[in-house]
Amino acid sequence: MNFYAIRAIYFHEMDRMRRTIGQSILSPVISTSLYFIVFGSVIGSMIPELDGVSYGSFIVPGLLMLTLLTQSISNSAFGIFFPKFTGSIYEVLAAPVSSLEIIIGFVGASASKSLIVGIIILFTASFFVELQIQYPLLMLFLLILTCLTFSLFGFLIGLLSNNFEQLQVVPLIIITPLVFLGGSLYTIEMLPEFWQKVSYFNPVVYLINGMRWSFYGASDINIFISVVSLVGFLVACIVGVAIVISKGYGIKN
Amino acid sequence: MQNIVSIKKLSKIYDNNFQALNNITLDIKKNEIIALLGPNGAGKTTMISIICGIVIPTSGSVTVDNFDIIKDYRRTRSRIGLVPQELSLEQFEYVFNNVSYTRGLYGKAPNPSLIEKILKDLSLWDKRNSRINELSGGMKRRVLIAKALSHEPSVLFLDEPSAGVDVELRQEMWQVIKDLRNSGVTIILTTHYIEEAEAIADRVAVINKGELLVVDNTSDLVQSMGQKTLLIELQEAVQALPPKLESYNLTVLNNGLSISYNYDSSSKQTGITSLLQDMKEAGLKLKDLKTEQSSLENIFVELVREN
Repeated sequence: MNFYAIRAIYFHEMDRMRRTIGQSILSPVISTSLYFIVFGSVIGSMIPELDGVSYGSFIVPGLLMLTLLTQSISNSAFGIFFPKFTGSIYEVLAAPVSSLEIIIGFVGASASKSLIVGIIILFTASFFVELQIQYPLLMLFLLILTCLTFSLFGFLIGLLSNNFEQLQVVPLIIITPLVFLGGSLYTIEMLPEFWQKVSYFNPVVYLINGMRWSFYGASDINIFISVVSLVGFLVACIVGVAIVISKGYGIKN
Repeated sequence: MQNIVSIKKLSKIYDNNFQALNNITLDIKKNEIIALLGPNGAGKTTMISIICGIVIPTSGSVTVDNFDIIKDYRRTRSRIGLVPQELSLEQFEYVFNNVSYTRGLYGKAPNPSLIEKILKDLSLWDKRNSRINELSGGMKRRVLIAKALSHEPSVLFLDEPSAGVDVELRQEMWQVIKDLRNSGVTIILTTHYIEEAEAIADRVAVINKGELLVVDNTSDLVQSMGQKTLLIELQEAVQALPPKLESYNLTVLNNGLSISYNYDSSSKQTGITSLLQDMKEAGLKLKDLKTEQSSLENIFVELVREN
């Protein structure tokens, strides 16, 4: 294993976060804080409790997931796409580095960035809403698993994208709607029966409910099913990335 | 001399069915400077990219220091440094960090003093804390060389090192390349500039349409493939060549005041003595004589045209 290479890629990517701290950290933290202020403190005070917690507290896991998913995907997709775009990917390809080491470096850095953002958001949320975490270890486990899984997914998008538009299509047109319609701001039970059934086909529902269960011990979906869904998606992403990178698609001729 | 890179029957056909390389076989000797000459699209960059692991070959094999580039890619790539043709750099990075990053990629522990030496050797030390986008084109090219040297490679590939570089910097670049060779590095460079190959290469390989046309020592190539021309200036102009001189394949120039005669300098009998004798007998009076050797450029153009 080329540990120096993994370290080089990891810190190279983390350095990019330091250089663009406004975009990487401040932007997601500010936009999520606005959600807490508007939906949590202002509108939330007029909404009755859901699953035994105030509305402001109820939306924390969903908003946390929204940020983790979008940040993990964009960090990772941009991390691999940018060197492709500038041409500097040549040095990664020409170096004695295996595909696994490349993935660990890029995905590890992306997941770390998302984790940092997630922890800052949790800390920020505590200023606006009453925060309680019943199962902190499970919450941390889900946090890390989500960051890793969606960073891998973002890496796959970055590998397959040929331009900036393609890079944005999946996060904007697929992920964001799935998160908003995945019960981040409401419980599935609030929907009409037909849409409840439709929601069960939305994979993000399982992620958000898993996270919500770790916070409050209550959710629409069994926690076991949520964790299995997340692990299943992680495996699917690993297989997808392994196939794409072994064929050199998007980076090698 | 021991071979450091051995290319055997290497072919590459891209997805669009373009055949970039066709059955190339070439041995590169340790510690030599070899120039790959060829027009645009000849296959030079593809060949380099395959050896460095950026492009996957269709068939054939390549070894570096007796290790296969696919089976033993870690061993081969750690021995290779690559300076690409394009200025492919992350514009917002700092010079020192960027060069150190490349060293890390190649599995080497951080070595700030070595990076300092490389940057000083390439006159980049003053720019170590500058962002890449603040550098001139020539400096960026030197950063690429610094990156390629950061892991102390024994084989260095330079893809069009002088492209877009002014004359002064080109001379500096040649000196850097010669110094590297003197320090034990094998240099493989691709170039369009024939004078670059003539100035620094020990051997020249001419590639066209994916095929290797010739490989030889630069001087031997000029000697064996080049023709010499004897230019004879006459005291009085001639309207037509005397019948006695028709068998010599002469060309009348300068309104009859000069005659040129092409001959093979490697041949035992150049025909010069008999030509001069016959000219004297034909009554032509000579004013001056001079010879010209055809350049590598002439040979290159001729080879590519024939191919």
